[in-house]
Amino acid sequence: MSGLVLDRLEVRAKGMLIVALDAVVNPGEVLTIMGPSGSGKSTALAAIIGTLGPEFSLSGRLVLDGRDLTGLPTRARRVGLLFQDDVLFPHLSVGGNLAFALPAALRGRRARRAAVEAALAKADLAGFADRDPATLSGGERARVALMRTLLAEPRALLLDEPFSRLDAGLRDRIRAFVLDLIRAAQIPAILVTHHADDAQAAGGRILDPLGRPVPPGT
Amino acid sequence: MTADGVLRFAPRLTLLLMAGPVIAGLAGTLRPAFEADGMARLLDWPGLPRAAALSLGTGIASTLLSLAIALGLVAALQGGRLFALILRLLSPLLAVPHAAAALGLAFLLAPSGWIARVLSPWATGWTEPPDLLILNDPAGLALTAGLVLKEVPFLLLILIAALPQADAPRRLMLMASLGYGRVAGWMLAVLPAVWPQMRPAVYAVLAYSMTAVDMAIVLGPALPPTLSAQLVLWMTSPDLSIHPVAAAGALVQLGLVLAALALLRCAETGLARLGCRLALTGRREIWADRWLGPLAAGAGLLVVLVMAGGMAGLALWSFAGPWVFPDALPERLGLDAWARAAPGLGPAALETLLLAALSAALATGLVLACLEAESRFGLKPGGGALWLLWLPLIMPQVAFLPGLAELGLRSGVEGSTGAVAAAHLVFVLPYVFLSLAAPWRAWDSRIAVAGAALGATPGRIFWQLRLPMLLRPILTAAAVGFAVSVGQYLPTLLIGGGRVTTLTTEAVALSSGGNRRIIGTYAMLQLALPLFAFALALALPAALFRNRAGMRPGA
Repeated sequence: MSGLVLDRLEVRAKGMLIVALDAVVNPGEVLTIMGPSGSGKSTALAAIIGTLGPEFSLSGRLVLDGRDLTGLPTRARRVGLLFQDDVLFPHLSVGGNLAFALPAALRGRRARRAAVEAALAKADLAGFADRDPATLSGGERARVALMRTLLAEPRALLLDEPFSRLDAGLRDRIRAFVLDLIRAAQIPAILVTHHADDAQAAGGRILDPLGRPVPPGT
Repeated sequence: MTADGVLRFAPRLTLLLMAGPVIAGLAGTLRPAFEADGMARLLDWPGLPRAAALSLGTGIASTLLSLAIALGLVAALQGGRLFALILRLLSPLLAVPHAAAALGLAFLLAPSGWIARVLSPWATGWTEPPDLLILNDPAGLALTAGLVLKEVPFLLLILIAALPQADAPRRLMLMASLGYGRVAGWMLAVLPAVWPQMRPAVYAVLAYSMTAVDMAIVLGPALPPTLSAQLVLWMTSPDLSIHPVAAAGALVQLGLVLAALALLRCAETGLARLGCRLALTGRREIWADRWLGPLAAGAGLLVVLVMAGGMAGLALWSFAGPWVFPDALPERLGLDAWARAAPGLGPAALETLLLAALSAALATGLVLACLEAESRFGLKPGGGALWLLWLPLIMPQVAFLPGLAELGLRSGVEGSTGAVAAAHLVFVLPYVFLSLAAPWRAWDSRIAVAGAALGATPGRIFWQLRLPMLLRPILTAAAVGFAVSVGQYLPTLLIGGGRVTTLTTEAVALSSGGNRRIIGTYAMLQLALPLFAFALALALPAALFRNRAGMRPGA
């Protein structure tokens, strides 16, 4: 069965319940987890990506396309991650950042270079492969980060407030670009945010970290 | 064993390589102290009280003086342009080996030294070198000055590294808004937060200053010399019957250092209590700002000036042709001294380079493994591990190196380059660790999460992300290790059994002979090697990442 299943996923710290999610995210769907800072959003994110600290205890299961992810290390989960900042690798070129994400199974320098060029063209960044990431604009960096995430062929996507650092005009365009790509890739996605308009634009269900539906417009 | 298993073992292996030789050597040195009435014979030696007093006096005086200058500079001037200038001038001096600094000072201060030449005969009336005991003075003043030259840059950099955790700018602003003077505000509000972090460094400086042998040989008094210098004379004496006396002396030296450390600890407590009492009185002490700033700046600039003068003197003498007293400059310059020194200089430089490259590479590898293990397995080094790290720097070298040499002799490795490199490693490791740990831990860990989310293994994250991103601090730490190894005198002398000759051992050995031109060539090369290493550590990442704005310092 395809999709991301949060099967009574619960996280506790010192006995206190911080995260309680029980949901199925279908391919192409975006589930939004919303709440003010300190509400357990980042803990939910860490539980799904697999970077929960030892002070937390996790129960329940996380199943992606029928594969149980619970207990797997981050690198084996195939859950792509988009940060609040782009977190591009500063020592690599734009092309190097993308090639880092390409699966090793794609062999041959020319084939890998072609895959990178294709991804850049898709993001309206043709010819950017040899550029220094530090010289890119905010919107360009956000798009490179997204393409890097997608090139690793993730089976699900996790978005950690990826639009909050962008200014208003740019924000709508990048958001539309990201959401279109998710729908086109037909993978389940979870958006973590405290912005109501991001949640609205995602167009899916909106839950708080404890699994309670958040009424639209809050 | 898997790579993970090896990595998990790295911190314990590193601590073993550092603390093991210290503890084994200590036991080996002190055991003979109780044989052949070594202690009784030591107590019969008439020079003992004076040698012990010299060790205590020069060590404590130089530590307090360097500490006062470093604290004064930061308390009165930090943040200003004068401070930035002094810092920029002082930090490269950290790479100057102790022996080179001592020789440079000796070339300035000696009765036939550069200062006397510049001032003669017009100011002094001297037409030949006066018969004065300025250098190797019986009170150890020249030695104290030499130690201060080396310890001020070290303490200043340690202090600056500790500042970010002390929240200094906000505390200072608060104190200023309460009407406190800058210096008083710093001493009352910032120093208490900074001190615990710099305490091990201060202890190391005190222990080192009390027992430095190379500096004591060049600058210190003779008949008697400082206790440690005398111990080394005994230890390297072909007369084996004197060795138990040396061992007993090492025990006394260790006791003296521990007593001085205890004294310092008491002084800390007392001063802290005094500070709290002062704080309760609410006195703003603005007067301190007026004279402490200029005083500290003057002292800092004097350190820079004397060091620079000393280095320039070494260079000048190594290229000097005929140079009669009291001419301020040589008649002409030439390469005569270099040509004459070359047959000995070449092999010594090569040996120095080999030892430094070996120990620095090994230390950097081990420290990287430790830090990677720490990140990968979430290990948290305890306070005990931190003190173990400082152990080789706080424990007097004369108290454990002889025992270690004895061990090497019995196992047959004494005198080999490998054994000396291993001994250097004991001192190189702590410095490499201390300089790399902070940048390593400050690395943005989201990079690792981003890499893992893209499917990268921990190994790939280490080799392709963390290592290249931290290349500059890693190479700088390696250069620090390299410089530490180049400067090692006693480990090379004792573990090398006299058969491993480096620029440092040779320069110190030559210092009593008085051929300034030849000494100058050795000291110049001794100075050039660490500078070359630091230049490489800066140039290589700059060249590799010349097109990456995000990799520039401060980016």
